[in-house]
Amino acid sequence: MRKKWTIGGIISGTIYENIAQITPKNELNCQLLLIYIVSYMTRIIRETMTKIKAENIKKIFKIRSNGNSKNNGNTPNELLALGGVDLSINKGEFVSIVGPSGCGKSTFLDLVGGLSKPNEGNIYIDGKPVNGPGLDRGIVFQQYALFPWRTALGNVEFGLENQNVLKKERTEIAQKYLSLVGLAGFENRYPYELSGGMKQRVAIARALAYDPDILLMDEPFGALDAQTREILQRELLHIWEETHKTILFITHSIDEAVFLSDRVAIMTARPGVIKKEMAVPLSRPARFEDDIRTSQDFVKTRYELWGHLKEEVVKAQQICANTTANLSLEKPVTTLEKVMTT
Amino acid sequence: MANNIIVQLKLLPQRLLAIIIFLLIWEIVPWVGLADPSFVPPASATFARLWELLLSGTLLTQTSISLQRAFAGFAIAVVTGIPLGFLVGWFKTFEKYMDPLLQTFRQLPILALFPVFILLFGIGEISKIAMIALACFWSVFMNTASGVMTVDPLLVKSARSMGASHSDMFKKVVLPAAIPAIFTGVRFAGTVALLMLVAAEMVGASSGLGYFVLNAQQRYASRDIFAGIVALTLLGVIINYILVTIEKKATSWKEDIVHG
Ligand SMILES: Nc1ncnc2c1ncn2[C@@H]1O[C@H](COP(=O)(O)OP(=O)(O)OP(=O)(O)O)[C@@H](O)[C@H]1O
Ligand SMILES: [Mg+2]
Repeated sequence: MRKKWTIGGIISGTIYENIAQITPKNELNCQLLLIYIVSYMTRIIRETMTKIKAENIKKIFKIRSNGNSKNNGNTPNELLALGGVDLSINKGEFVSIVGPSGCGKSTFLDLVGGLSKPNEGNIYIDGKPVNGPGLDRGIVFQQYALFPWRTALGNVEFGLENQNVLKKERTEIAQKYLSLVGLAGFENRYPYELSGGMKQRVAIARALAYDPDILLMDEPFGALDAQTREILQRELLHIWEETHKTILFITHSIDEAVFLSDRVAIMTARPGVIKKEMAVPLSRPARFEDDIRTSQDFVKTRYELWGHLKEEVVKAQQICANTTANLSLEKPVTTLEKVMTT
Repeated sequence: MANNIIVQLKLLPQRLLAIIIFLLIWEIVPWVGLADPSFVPPASATFARLWELLLSGTLLTQTSISLQRAFAGFAIAVVTGIPLGFLVGWFKTFEKYMDPLLQTFRQLPILALFPVFILLFGIGEISKIAMIALACFWSVFMNTASGVMTVDPLLVKSARSMGASHSDMFKKVVLPAAIPAIFTGVRFAGTVALLMLVAAEMVGASSGLGYFVLNAQQRYASRDIFAGIVALTLLGVIINYILVTIEKKATSWKEDIVHG
């Protein structure tokens, strides 16, 4: 007996054999069987295509209790940051999360990065539950997180050192990525000698250098001027096309989200959940055209996205205002004034 | 580098101005009769005496005795304080239990322990060195522990995300992050070592600069007293300069807050 050793072949083969044993062969059964097989296969395919899957993720932070005691029925010193996030990202997909400040975007990224554990729910990468960080994921932190005692080059080499790449090769790779982000010539500068935008670019180079499957980027272009930002956005798209990495990207900018992603997920104000996911109807080549940001599809998507996001931003501000008001009960007026004016 | 030295040289008169004014006042005060010259000899007389002592060899003998004691105590403190500081800083539970004890011990006036040390170790070198070591130890130990405890969690996170192992975390994150705090502790320990040295030598010694000053007082040799004090001060300046230089080398990645 010849067997085809493909996943489909094995599965349909075994199913067919099983069913054939217990049921008489007639046409109806055959058709049912086919439908069954097709649906089974689609599920398998979908599952093997999923790179990151988050199921009902909840995260609670313990906080020092102050006036802020009304936290959706939680005990006073607990803060529900994520209230059940569901999100799945396919292999090679570029997904952005947008949401108001403080809604839990960075918290979610940490969880996917394996740097903290959810209180409820599970995160899977390639079908395996995440239980710690790994070199399959590169993280660009919102606050750069560069090692101040290492030069730009030394910072970029860090991840490579843990992969046992030889010193010479390490330097070469690090140099390549530094020039990719436009920092050739700055290899020997210490972080304190770099501007905010430069630090951010070192952080990006560092995450790219050890070539992870997945990039987790937390507002990586936040500290850049408009021009550099646009250049790096394009650069990121190029890198993504060449390397087929799966990218989870967090941003405050709707414009950036639309420009870069296949899909944008909108997060609600705290406790954060994914409120809506929107596919971006822009083809890859179209994104490199000069007038893309004024094209009808772009403008329409951005407008729609803003419509969904606006509500949440207003809600988040109310949460903030409440917190401030509560604080004012305990703190002198001068503090309140400071809070309001800054 | 050469450029740097020229800049430093140009700044020299400016930096020395206050010292020169101070020396002038010191010189004038006994001259005009504001202080009795037999108790407070003018600067010139003090430095002349210092020069004599240097030529006669007394100064070098006493200084080297003192330096040996100070260095022995200081070295013991550094060698024990840094590892123990890491231990307490790194293991959270350890710190939790140790903290109350440490906070109490820190307030202990170490000079008051000297009689105990003399009882335990006798009047010889050991009790003096032990006292210096103990005093320096706190500075090194406390600063190291707090340096380790205040490592930016974000950097630990960042290293973890890049697959750093436990030992990497120590070598590549905690250690370099704690270096500035360690050096602050070591530099302060240098000052403390000298302070304790003088105290110990005044209380129970028959040699060393501290003893020299005390002995001069008993002989009413005020020029010797002041020469001894100046020698101790210069010693302190030199030690501090050496420690600061090492510190600068080790923390060159830090922004210079005070220039020069
Ligand atoms: N370690 C922590 N301990 C206590 N509370 C925390 C902690 N980290 C985050 N939070 C809280 O959780 C909420 C979500 O924080 P998070 O940093 O994920 O927000 P964010 O969406 O990334 O905001 P932004 O867009 O401003 O970066 C905030 O209210 C924050 O105060
Ligand atoms: Mg954030």
